[in-house]
Amino acid sequence: MKKQYFLNANIIDPKNSLEELGGLIINEEGKIEAVGKKVNKNNIPSREKYIDLKERYLIPGLVDMRVFVGEPGYEYKENFRTLSNAALAGGVTSVVTMPNTSPIIDNVSIVDFLKRRGRDKSKINIFPSASLTKGIEGTNMTEFGLLQKKGIIAFTDGIKTIQNSRLMSRIMRSAFDLDCLIMQHAEDYELSNNGMMNDGVIATKLGLQGIPDLAEKIIIERDLSLLEDFNCRYHISQISSSKSLNIISNKKDQVNFTTGVSINNLSLNENDIGDFRTFLKLSPPLRTEDDRNSLIAGINKDLIDVIVSDHKPEDEESKRLTFSQAATGASGIETLLPLSLELFHNNSIKLSKLIQLLTSNPAKILKIDKGNLSIGNDADFCIVDLYKPWIVKKEKMISKSKNTCIEDKKLQGQVTNTFVKGIELFKI
Amino acid sequence: MASTHKAIKISQKHLLGIQDLSINDINLILNEAKTFITLNKSKNKKLDILRGKTQINLFFEPSTRTQSSFELAGKRLGADVMSMNIVNSAIKKGETLIDTAMTLNAMHPDIIVIRHQDSGACNLLSQKVNCAVINAGDGRREHPTQALLDALTIIDRKQKIQGLRIAICGDILHSRVARSNIYLLNMLGAEVNIIAPSNLMPKDISKLGVNIFSNMKEGLKDCDIVMMLRLQNERMTSSFLSSNREYYEYYGLTPDKLNFAKKDALIMHPGPMNRGIEIDTKLADDINKSVIKEQVELGVAVRMACLKIFCE
Repeated sequence: MKKQYFLNANIIDPKNSLEELGGLIINEEGKIEAVGKKVNKNNIPSREKYIDLKERYLIPGLVDMRVFVGEPGYEYKENFRTLSNAALAGGVTSVVTMPNTSPIIDNVSIVDFLKRRGRDKSKINIFPSASLTKGIEGTNMTEFGLLQKKGIIAFTDGIKTIQNSRLMSRIMRSAFDLDCLIMQHAEDYELSNNGMMNDGVIATKLGLQGIPDLAEKIIIERDLSLLEDFNCRYHISQISSSKSLNIISNKKDQVNFTTGVSINNLSLNENDIGDFRTFLKLSPPLRTEDDRNSLIAGINKDLIDVIVSDHKPEDEESKRLTFSQAATGASGIETLLPLSLELFHNNSIKLSKLIQLLTSNPAKILKIDKGNLSIGNDADFCIVDLYKPWIVKKEKMISKSKNTCIEDKKLQGQVTNTFVKGIELFKI
Repeated sequence: MASTHKAIKISQKHLLGIQDLSINDINLILNEAKTFITLNKSKNKKLDILRGKTQINLFFEPSTRTQSSFELAGKRLGADVMSMNIVNSAIKKGETLIDTAMTLNAMHPDIIVIRHQDSGACNLLSQKVNCAVINAGDGRREHPTQALLDALTIIDRKQKIQGLRIAICGDILHSRVARSNIYLLNMLGAEVNIIAPSNLMPKDISKLGVNIFSNMKEGLKDCDIVMMLRLQNERMTSSFLSSNREYYEYYGLTPDKLNFAKKDALIMHPGPMNRGIEIDTKLADDINKSVIKEQVELGVAVRMACLKIFCE
């Protein structure tokens, strides 16, 4: 590989507190050699070719902590190849894949398969998670230690929640012993039973069973209480309501934990469901505008650490049904960054803060050296045209499944190039 | 029957819910229905307004009165009516609603009447077929023809709806009839009281412009109409109530409780009734107070009006 020079870019690298106009040099091994304002036309060899980014933004490749891939079992929804193409188009270079495949990622032999497929078919960094319980049945723990040795980065039942408090306390103890990261999807099944959307006047009008925000709050409250006694690396996968945020705010000083939020819950609310739009059937459900605003405030108050895409590809057949029968989830990895930028453009969240929640924060929680532009690291980054307007079109989506929840939405800001290990793998 | 010569205009292509209708639409349907009341009592009940038209009744949920009412309404207007009980056919073989819709659409019906256990099923169907769709009840969302026939019954007895105080009591949570009635009665200027135990009250229903009560005494005060709802035990997946007898004690309509309402208050019920659970059996049959049979009778007239208007 030849050395590459990028100049005149707005560089944002939250991990290294870098926010300046400058350049980036990638060495022959695809590693970052130099970055920042020191890198300019004057201090690179005159005969070398360089790329003038004309003040476009250069940021670390995104780290998406919550991504569903259909492999194995649901390859018709998404496979590693299509996932990585979609991710690259959105500037995402590292993902944590959820264990909700068929079979479930719950034992070491499947992890070998997964790593092989991930390595052979994927162009981005795949960090697989495994389930907390065998078959995500919520009864017997998986082999955290052995799975972690095989390269599992975190443990979660993905779309499911550990209901049993005793089991949860034991999971936390094991996770403490083995230094494992536990990620919980917070939902009390008794309260969310048969629910399809936020419990409120819209659900009442649409005649749909509601999911009260209490269903989320109660699990968070329980887990954070357990955590006081059984301290382990614990992450709340996603929150959706101001009630949950209040609990988090109260407990933040007492116990160590981190919190994620889906870009969907930051950008949309229950009104967007409109006339039974099944593409907006999500988990956790879209809540009220007040909830959405408090989530944004939560980010600004450092109560929320990570923004995820909650990328859940579903084929058309799973969505062309009545709302109650339709599958839950939306495909969104390629729009994660552009949709996040909406929060910058409408002055809700500072740009560097957004980038931090999309890059260095998740990497820190996962204990991986990704999501930064540190010297000597793999050159995983993307270039963003921050002001470019475009419209989300289902047919132009790269993911194998087109179930976007922001069809026809006008966005501003688009990834123009994405590099992994110094190789340009996406160009608009 | 002057109205049959008038150009009839309705703002909607389908009848999916009262929410979509304007006040003009509602008056149009109610006025049309009035013309059919007398016809339905006469010796020769058959018209040929819908001759040559095909009506398909698509019932995914068991139904006696609504289905037979729609069937009769179509036949009286001269349509070819086909009733399909999907409960035990294609859907069991794994066919989706959309596929069933496409299949039926290929047979060129003029109108499809659908009842489905899922809220919004009729909306989905209406997006996929070329003909008009009439909602005969979808999940717990809407049952527009029931609300229209209730309104017609009230108008028939009280000559108006504007200014009346109307109580809707019982299992509001699972009731599409309650929802459609709330929209319609509000539009027609009634004051609507909702009475239910908190466990059967939908979230934030007060935002729909109704007064909410959890006891009958307060809720029935000065009411002109008492609309009882069926306790939908089949939709209750977990414990909502301790027992039917306790429910009857607190929420069942008895002569004592009816005394809280106005003296000339009328009792309504969309049926089928659970006698001795939500309503005292003698009260239900009291011809001076109960208009339950009249509701069924006017139901045919309202459905004839809807079929006629939406078929055009």
